[in-house]
Amino acid sequence: MAQTPALSTLQDPASRFTVTPGVRRKRRTEGAAKWILSGMAAMVILPLLLLLTHLVVKAWPSLSLDFLLEVPLKGMTEGGVWPALVGTFYLIAVALLISAPGGVLAAIYLNEYARENWFHRTVNLAVINLAGVPSIVHALHGLGAFVYAAQFGFSIISAALTLAIMTVPVVITSTREALNSVPMAFREACWNVGATRWQTIRRVVLPNSVSGILTGVILEVSRTAGETAPIMFTGAVFYKAVERGDLFPYFLNDQCMALSMHLYVLATQVPGVKESLPYATAVVLVGLVLLTNSASIMLRMWLRNRKKW
Amino acid sequence: MRNHRLSPVGFLAAAFVLAAALLAAGCRKGGDGTTGSAGIQMKGSDTMVNLVQAWAEEYRKVAPQVSVEVSGGGSGVGIAALIRGAVQIASSSRDMKPQEMDQARRHTGKEVREFTVGYDALAIYVHKENPLEVITFEQLAEIYAEGGRLTQWKDLKISIPGCSGDEIIRISRQSSSGTYEFFREHVLLNRDFKLGSRDMNGSKEVVELVERTPCAIGYSGMGYATPAVKVIRVAERANAPAFEPSVENTLSRAYPIARALHLYTLGDPQGAVKDYIDWILSPAGQKLVIDTGYVPVRTGEPGK
Amino acid sequence: MRHYPTMGRLHREAMRMTDTPTSKPTAVARPQRPLWAIWGEKALELLIRFAGVSAIIFVMSIFFFIFREAAPVLESDRFSLGRFLGSVEWYPTSATNVRYGILALIVGTAWVSGLAVLIAVPFSLGSAIFISEFCGPRLKEALKVVIELLAAVPSVVWGFIGLTVTSRLIVEYAGATVGVNVLNGGLILALMCIPIITSIAEDALKAVPDSYREAALALGATRWQIVYRVLLPAAKTGLLAAVLLGVGRAIGETMAVLMSTGHAVQIPHGLLDSVRTLTANIAAELGEAPAKSEHYRVLFMTGVFLFIITFLVNLAADITVRGVRKQK
Repeated sequence: MAQTPALSTLQDPASRFTVTPGVRRKRRTEGAAKWILSGMAAMVILPLLLLLTHLVVKAWPSLSLDFLLEVPLKGMTEGGVWPALVGTFYLIAVALLISAPGGVLAAIYLNEYARENWFHRTVNLAVINLAGVPSIVHALHGLGAFVYAAQFGFSIISAALTLAIMTVPVVITSTREALNSVPMAFREACWNVGATRWQTIRRVVLPNSVSGILTGVILEVSRTAGETAPIMFTGAVFYKAVERGDLFPYFLNDQCMALSMHLYVLATQVPGVKESLPYATAVVLVGLVLLTNSASIMLRMWLRNRKKW
Repeated sequence: MRNHRLSPVGFLAAAFVLAAALLAAGCRKGGDGTTGSAGIQMKGSDTMVNLVQAWAEEYRKVAPQVSVEVSGGGSGVGIAALIRGAVQIASSSRDMKPQEMDQARRHTGKEVREFTVGYDALAIYVHKENPLEVITFEQLAEIYAEGGRLTQWKDLKISIPGCSGDEIIRISRQSSSGTYEFFREHVLLNRDFKLGSRDMNGSKEVVELVERTPCAIGYSGMGYATPAVKVIRVAERANAPAFEPSVENTLSRAYPIARALHLYTLGDPQGAVKDYIDWILSPAGQKLVIDTGYVPVRTGEPGK
Repeated sequence: MRHYPTMGRLHREAMRMTDTPTSKPTAVARPQRPLWAIWGEKALELLIRFAGVSAIIFVMSIFFFIFREAAPVLESDRFSLGRFLGSVEWYPTSATNVRYGILALIVGTAWVSGLAVLIAVPFSLGSAIFISEFCGPRLKEALKVVIELLAAVPSVVWGFIGLTVTSRLIVEYAGATVGVNVLNGGLILALMCIPIITSIAEDALKAVPDSYREAALALGATRWQIVYRVLLPAAKTGLLAAVLLGVGRAIGETMAVLMSTGHAVQIPHGLLDSVRTLTANIAAELGEAPAKSEHYRVLFMTGVFLFIITFLVNLAADITVRGVRKQK
């Protein structure tokens, strides 16, 4: 029957839709793409999970609380990782002390004080480059600048300074993001009541971005804990005699053991070591790093929920 | 507003300052402190580092107030640190060169004292399935040195089950290791190594790689031998008697690739350092030398 | 960068001097801040400016100090820049014929990094596209968290895995004579680079305005068509920047390649050959080179070379990103 096309569409829209071969092809590619892409994402995640499980399985015989508290025994072929654990914490603490305030202040400068000109862009570039410099070049720098030129010698101070320079970009980047997320309206309100720049920052901007800054600081902790090359040449040793469970075994101008260095040494230089020992050290190191990173992620999620703007 | 509540920023700042003060108080005034633990710093040979660590660990039970720091880095690094006065004892698996001793004298005004604390033999390792039993210096030179003509196992008239390509895979040490230098000086007679060897940066890695690789041959300290690898005997020339690296053969100098392990100090050692070195040379310390797989000195040999 | 209200210079001077807003010249006298507070704030401002400049100072310091340790070797007659960059013979401790040639190391670095990027880029881009366009919000959160945790695994742990786990797998399944080779190193590096490339690529895709997607949907495109024909071209500079940053990371990686590439100074003839990278070379030999010796200085020179390369790669990435920002 001769019905006007418009009327028939009104009564049954689907009747106008014909599945042409083009549409079929489109749908097929869509489905294929979805499967391939999800497969790729799975291939990215799967190795991580498999490897971590493998590490834990192989490390199982050695893992225990005693492993954390005990010092290396019998020529480092048995025992635990206590001095390395404490050493890592020392390095983290000192590096954090140096780089966290500096990084926060630098980010404040970049965001609140600097004008948008070539100087600002250069500082930006410098921050990105600092983040991209190979860790061995940082080690060379630490050796040349802190161990020899500044005469700190091989010590925790040299190692911590090297680590601080390495990880300060992390703090700078997260602090900038945190400062950026405070709405302009807050600042404008402050100016309108006559506050100076610093007053605005101190009383309004900073308190509202503290959680973001903390996120960055925690991230920095995890990066510091994992680095090996910078400390290998500036302050970490193969072995240092320490009491089991001693909380303050190192002075700042001593050298120290560190978890990352300990793993490297166990894997490549100590003969006859029990097979599960380096795996257990790796598990402790990865555990420490993952724990701090998860704390940072959870902090970020919590603060996102807390935001009232 | 926020006037009377402690602002989080202020709190964090105060926490930082407090922590900084605490840690700064942890700076030790240099030297051997009279109160608290005295420290001895040892640096040097990677070959000896396990032995030195075993000493440090055991010495802690003998003298708990002395804390010994051990780091590797290589004989060259240890000697350089000694020259600068940064460490008290340097461990070395090679002899200190005369110009290094001059430098030490010029820099610190003290004469360097050498103590021989053990001997090490460089063992030649092959895979367990490898039927090779004896090798001569000349064959080693032809395998490892630049311009050497032995590149396949069939050139040595053996075939290894499991080695498909038949290529001799050379495992070596990195170019500034004392072990590498010793091998080059005494076996290759100062010819350079052929490029393309896998240069591991730990004595243990050499052995582990040879364990897993049927086509491989490698050299490392005899203390790193494991049951999973085969140690072959070495003869200086073809038709000369071949010896295996054992304690007796090293002491009697029958095994041709043997070297002395040294500790160096600046001037005559005093106080805690002297006690430590005396202990190392005593039967208790030398027992650890045997345990770690090296060869002890004959008693009563304090060195130059 | 905050856009503070533009004030004339005199106005700023006046504000700074009296610390009161001078929008009305005949203002009522307001309570002044104590002098120590004003000076304290000035001092603090100086400190902040100094901190801001510190990043530049650090980068310059790095270049200065490594160059300072390296420079004396340029005068030595056993060292020539041409042979340094062009010769494959690396014999820094030879008793008879000292030669410093890093060409084999450069080629080794190129092979391993190249392989790593080749493996990593398809998977990262695929995952980034999947996370950004194809999955629901909860799966997206979970995946992003996992990727971030993957990025946090330390380099030495990857090296350990490369030394013990993957090298054995390669010997078994690829029939290699030695498990530590280009393939092993490339695989481990790829696993390390994937998180970085994925997260930056995902950011780049997120930055494409929704209006593009909506327009494509209105024309009847499927999700894949949106990705392929609209998003990828729109985000291509961001994606390129992601890849460049991944390359920078791959070139600069030290511990992981030190433990997993087999450490042989040679130009590789295949994926199953062992190589040595520039970074691993420095790390392995620096410990054993006596301080201030010629060998030590040549290693620092290698460091200078590495620094320049990564600087250029990062510069390229920054320029690409800046190009994106200019377009918006």
